[in-house]
Amino acid sequence: MNNQILKDENDRVDGVYKVTGKAKYFAEYELPGLTYGVLVTSTITKGKILSLDTKAAEKAPGVISVLSHLNKPSAPAYEQEGGPAMKIFYTDKIFFNGQPIAIVVANTFERATYAASLVKATYAKEEFNTDFEKAVNDTESKKLQGQPDYKRGVENAYKTAEVVVEQKYHLPIETHNPMELHGIIADWHPNNQVTVYAKTQGVKATQGTIANVFKIPIENIQVKSEFVGGGFGMALRTWPLEIATVMASKHIGKPVKIMITRMQMFTMVGNRPAAIQTIGLGANKDGTLTGITHRAFGETSVYENFTEGVVNMAKFMYQCDNVNTQYTVVPVDLGVPIWMRGPGEATGAFALESAIDEMAHALNMDPLEFRIKNDPERDQQRNKPFSDKNIKEAYRVGSQKIGWSERKNKPGSLVDGQLKTGYGVSIGVFNANRGRASVKGTLKADGSLILQSATSDIGPGTGTGMTLIASKLLGIPVNKIKFELGDSSLPPAPSQGGSATLSTVGSAVNDVCVSLKSTIAELAANSNMDATSNFIDVLKKNNLPSIEVTKQSQAGKERDDYSMYSFSIHFVKVKVHSLTGVVKVDKIVSVGDSGTIVSPKTARSQMVGGAVGGVGMALTEESILDHRYGRYINNNFADYHVPVNADIPEIEVHFINKPDPYINPMGAKGMGEIALIGFSAAVANAVFNATGKRIRTLPITPDKILATS
Amino acid sequence: MQSSDKKTNQSDSRRDFLKKSSLITAIALTPSVAVKAAENQADERFAELFEKIPLNLTVNNKACKTSIEPRVTLLDYLREELHLTGTKKGCDHGQCGACTVHVNGERVNSCLSLAVMNEGKKITTIEGLSNGDELHAMQAAFIKHDGFQCGYCTPGQIMSAVACVNEGHTNSRGEISEYMSGNICRCGAYPNIVDAIVEVSKGGTEA
Repeated sequence: MNNQILKDENDRVDGVYKVTGKAKYFAEYELPGLTYGVLVTSTITKGKILSLDTKAAEKAPGVISVLSHLNKPSAPAYEQEGGPAMKIFYTDKIFFNGQPIAIVVANTFERATYAASLVKATYAKEEFNTDFEKAVNDTESKKLQGQPDYKRGVENAYKTAEVVVEQKYHLPIETHNPMELHGIIADWHPNNQVTVYAKTQGVKATQGTIANVFKIPIENIQVKSEFVGGGFGMALRTWPLEIATVMASKHIGKPVKIMITRMQMFTMVGNRPAAIQTIGLGANKDGTLTGITHRAFGETSVYENFTEGVVNMAKFMYQCDNVNTQYTVVPVDLGVPIWMRGPGEATGAFALESAIDEMAHALNMDPLEFRIKNDPERDQQRNKPFSDKNIKEAYRVGSQKIGWSERKNKPGSLVDGQLKTGYGVSIGVFNANRGRASVKGTLKADGSLILQSATSDIGPGTGTGMTLIASKLLGIPVNKIKFELGDSSLPPAPSQGGSATLSTVGSAVNDVCVSLKSTIAELAANSNMDATSNFIDVLKKNNLPSIEVTKQSQAGKERDDYSMYSFSIHFVKVKVHSLTGVVKVDKIVSVGDSGTIVSPKTARSQMVGGAVGGVGMALTEESILDHRYGRYINNNFADYHVPVNADIPEIEVHFINKPDPYINPMGAKGMGEIALIGFSAAVANAVFNATGKRIRTLPITPDKILATS
Repeated sequence: MQSSDKKTNQSDSRRDFLKKSSLITAIALTPSVAVKAAENQADERFAELFEKIPLNLTVNNKACKTSIEPRVTLLDYLREELHLTGTKKGCDHGQCGACTVHVNGERVNSCLSLAVMNEGKKITTIEGLSNGDELHAMQAAFIKHDGFQCGYCTPGQIMSAVACVNEGHTNSRGEISEYMSGNICRCGAYPNIVDAIVEVSKGGTEA
């Protein structure tokens, strides 16, 4: 099925649950005696709580308890010295505006909400700074190394090249904003057993965090998270508000549910950190890259450090003997960031892929031709061959589908009335990770197979992918297979992040199926049955209602020998209105080069979703602060613009769909990140091609296009 | 704003109650008395009496008779009281569409509607869309075209999509996109959602 639009393949296995409202997300579990928690948050950005008046709240109808640093609800790890700086309810320090300072628990949501409004705090304010650009430019401000400096060949070789491009690129803070609001239900039982219903990308990670904070055995904690309403990275950790909810349940001896507000989604559950990056590129006049320098500043918080892979791509994506990178993080007085889809690589790719386009323009070369000319055969950073890379084929397919031949190299050439048309391209790349996971398989004489693993599905279709792997290997119809996930009591698996689930858990599913197959073959042989006998007959003949096997699977030596990546090429056609500066994305073609496509339908959706996220990143998304107060001013969906249906044009997705021979038994690599990485640069490059205006600060809003400078 | 007598009475009662409770606070009951009152759930009984008002409505063809605080939204009433959790909370501000239900056949953001504003009205939620195990054509089309990933916005999208067809706003992909733009999908399933709606509207299926 190479290079076809993959449609009409297997439907999502949990589709019926999702379209009928039967899929249960964390907040939807009915527990007897359920209570509701609502957070009180700080109204200053930095300083100390001087007083907290909770009396009125405590007397309000339906209120069960108000917890804060005044009554320090039990959390043994927080009672000790050391540990994290931001120990919720164990510190009177304020690190950011909107920090949770108390939780009000009542018997209804409305009563808890009203009572929370009655809690009054006074503070000792301190000077603060939430302006990342200011912090970067301030020579006095704290700066930390985010990653060891990297150098190959001559440092800053670009400066002496025949053709030089040196530019600065700015990214604002972005907020993940999955549709489901964050929260948790915590149910602490009298014997120190805890059940939590969480919105998490990792049930085992949540279980571990709760065990650490409350110092109870890990087996006392059960974390359930069968359906997750999107994560995009923000549910990769257990946030203080979740710990506060567990504390509250332990304190009152009843289940407590918290679901934060959309406004709170901006302050206390992470964001994509702002970044300022400088790219220096040097090339010979013939278009050979001779030097790449990538220097990046990323935002972090004052109370906890956060780093990500902003400068990774520059080290290996293009053939170049002289490369150096530097990544520095600069703390500001905001909540700590967390990986957001594509994470740092998407941040870095905007800068690098914009600069590559700028260099092609400086050389008067087609940017596609320039990329192909500098496409590496080997990974120069690790000095290893790539396990599998089909970028040239991806360029060919994608360029044909977008109609690249219509593109003119001279910007502003395609004008139709007030609309200017432009074409842009970019590349995305992300490490093809594979971790360690266990899966239990139970093959039953009724013809069904149950697979179990403590992995998650935040939307990509984990269960669907796993079911298809098993179905193919064992020849069992999809509707006879059930893949159970989202429960910490199942065999362990890592959190869903870094595009690794299919590769990691899928490999364990593979191993389980291979093992079950050989057990059936042995049983068949032992009972004088044909080796190709149906497993149902074999089990029945042996009087076995079922057989089960648990396998742990992980990567081997192949990762020492090969450099493994997933790649994507994004082609974008835009129309820019010359009077209003409005950019309309007219057509998108994304090509995925990520090994075998196990589940074509969900894989396509993932690529489509990445492109939609990329449109937001490129054109509209920006979490705006009023630095006088340290507060977000567009902390809602009316003012923080994620793409809506009318913003999105036709999206064509193509897959190279060739197995990676080394990564795992399926030959399949993850694609959640590459769907977005690089996309924003393709838009910026298309806008430049349409208008001749190079926008180096995201998002590309009309004011920037209309600005004359 | 003109309010009915009934509403005025309600707000008077509430104000009286609040006055009474501040009076109680003002005469400063000793803590032990306050604790006793709380233990006897005295505040609860007051609240029951003064804060709740009767409500009759029909949800998914079932009559619902209850007594409810006026500040409870239709969304929270559906989710927390009736446990019809298919209707989702995504913003509580009418900005995302995840809570879309049909009120007397029209699509409404249930987070922007107080439950008590729906006296006598007919509410349909995602749970009421299918006919037993038989999916509504729009539900089937969403599965076929993979019009979702995480599934959280999906019930709202489907309720909106059914209304979009009924309203006759399906004359082109562009028109569908425009009339579906009140429902945000962060996973980005928009083109697939449009595909599903195109199929249902072209199939002439009674939505």
